[in-house]
Amino acid sequence: MPPPAPADDAGDRPLVLLSQTPLPHFAAALEGRYRLVLAADADAATAAEARVLLVAGLNKVPAELLDRLPALELVTAVPVGVDHVDLAACRRRGIAVTNAGPAFAADSADYAVGLVVAVLRRVAAADAYVRRGRWATDGDYPLTTKVSGKRVGIVGLGRIGSMVARRLAAFGCAVSYNSRSPKPSAPYKFFPSVLDLAADSDVVVLSCALTEETRRIVNREVMEALGKDGVLVNVGRGGLVDEPELVRCLREGVIGGAGLDVYENEPDVPPELFAMDNVVLSDHRAVFTPESFRGVLDLVAGNIDAFFAGRPLISPVTL
Amino acid sequence: MASAAAATATASGEPPSLPTLLLIRRVDASFAAALRERFSVLDFFASGEPLPAFLAAAGVAPDPPRAAIVMGGGPVRVDAAFLDAVPSLRCIVSTAAGVDHIDLHECARRGVAVANSGRVYSADVADHAVGLLIDVLRRVSAAERFVRRGLWPVQGDYPLGSKLGGKRVGIIGLGNIGSLIAKRLEAFGCVISYNSRKSKDSVSYRYIPNVYDLASESDVLVVACALNKETRHIVNKDVLEALGKDGVIINIGRGANIDEVELIRALKEGRIAGAGLDVFENESEVPTELFSMDNVVMTPHVAVCTSESRSDLRDHTIGNLEAFFSGKPLLTPVLL
Repeated sequence: MPPPAPADDAGDRPLVLLSQTPLPHFAAALEGRYRLVLAADADAATAAEARVLLVAGLNKVPAELLDRLPALELVTAVPVGVDHVDLAACRRRGIAVTNAGPAFAADSADYAVGLVVAVLRRVAAADAYVRRGRWATDGDYPLTTKVSGKRVGIVGLGRIGSMVARRLAAFGCAVSYNSRSPKPSAPYKFFPSVLDLAADSDVVVLSCALTEETRRIVNREVMEALGKDGVLVNVGRGGLVDEPELVRCLREGVIGGAGLDVYENEPDVPPELFAMDNVVLSDHRAVFTPESFRGVLDLVAGNIDAFFAGRPLISPVTL
Repeated sequence: MASAAAATATASGEPPSLPTLLLIRRVDASFAAALRERFSVLDFFASGEPLPAFLAAAGVAPDPPRAAIVMGGGPVRVDAAFLDAVPSLRCIVSTAAGVDHIDLHECARRGVAVANSGRVYSADVADHAVGLLIDVLRRVSAAERFVRRGLWPVQGDYPLGSKLGGKRVGIIGLGNIGSLIAKRLEAFGCVISYNSRKSKDSVSYRYIPNVYDLASESDVLVVACALNKETRHIVNKDVLEALGKDGVIINIGRGANIDEVELIRALKEGRIAGAGLDVFENESEVPTELFSMDNVVMTPHVAVCTSESRSDLRDHTIGNLEAFFSGKPLLTPVLL
């Protein structure tokens, strides 16, 4: 249940600026509790007063925007990733940042596993085969490869990564991971480098944040280590992978296949991928289901309310 | 390995003759080679003859076959006529988990032992079932088609799917495959119930004694049972009605477990929300009305088709045959 709305005297709802227009049902749900103003439309007085900025999507939130808000103390983001927010500027000014990660984690993990199975077992390609009438004319679909027992390396063992791990472990996969630092409570093998992780894996799943350290963390060397039967699944950010190199590696058979929910320049997908049967494409949908919106709403509102009440934030992002 | 051959060595020291084996399945090169090392193979598909002639010839051969490998899900039925044609047969080995193509009563009557593929395929089928379920609920294949057609920049995002967590999944048939499906789905936060011939005390899932009630209390119905007289069209119009307009059905059993005509009608009329189908009543004929449905995922009976399972199947089949020929218990006997 969401925490009760702050005491309302004569409609004195707390001011929350918006970085962009939110989805309609978000706006509707939040309007009753807060005074919502688009940052771009804020007059000087409103901009000077604003303590909270709601990042309602993936539009960039650069330092210039933040600098127009001298009273800003909290940036609360709806997306899981906050790489589009100038975090360095936030750090400098002591602005806290939250995301809605916990509300999205399960859906992302579910889709990541769906992509792993779809690539290894060619589910989407086999469906296309049937739909085109080829089962009747061309006979059986070629053999694919077993999911159970595959060695899966997860990059980023945060909420999403640990849920991916739990699901694939239930499939009988051997799970290992790479993270900024080892997690003592995780029952999986830790690899200090993504390169070593890839060398020891049949499938690599990317579920980490995009930062300066992780940009293009999957490069040619990592893909060569993953190998010609290896599969890459990305539900993190397109920027985690050297995309032109990925396309080359797929074309040349350096890796065996890929499941991609994110790309360097959405919604543009490298057209070469459209001809590849060993690739499963999706439109940055991993993180969303309608059922999760409620949870996201509660989390966003929960963080804002905690802030105004002087309580600890629920899902702060480490800057 | 050479024991079967050694057992038939002749007194005069001639090389032992290999036991004769009837082969009614297309096999790959390595399987064929492994069989020929151990048996004298009468290969139906290689012969090109019609089945009755092939069986009749085998039946009167000088060293007629005592064992047969018979594929599942194909056109060949091991029934009274089959067994009459080759009375020397004492053992039928199915290369499927299913034995709906074998008249078990007839075999039992004649003392013919039957073996199946045991657990060889179970993980692969379970993996595929869960893959289909995620696909239907989250629209993985439909979104894939959308992106592949270049529509993302043009039409914006493809409609979202539905969350897995908290979904009530009803599994029809909690055998090897059903149990593995349940174990996987639990990790996604699904709530599992099942129907089976009788309840299984060793599992913690809720048992529901009839399929209609299972369907009314499920968001997703998974068909994972064998095909026999009792389970033919076990998912019928009433069960689909009970599943309801938000319900999804996944079939990795046999096409005939579901009344296909009713299923298509229910999909067309929006009385259920979607389906993931690996099997059909008349393979490889898939009703073309399904081809235009975005809420259906169809695969061409591939749940068992991984290269790893093929080699496991080869080893397992030979294991059953060698057990039979050396007078040992079958690895995976099918009992009535």
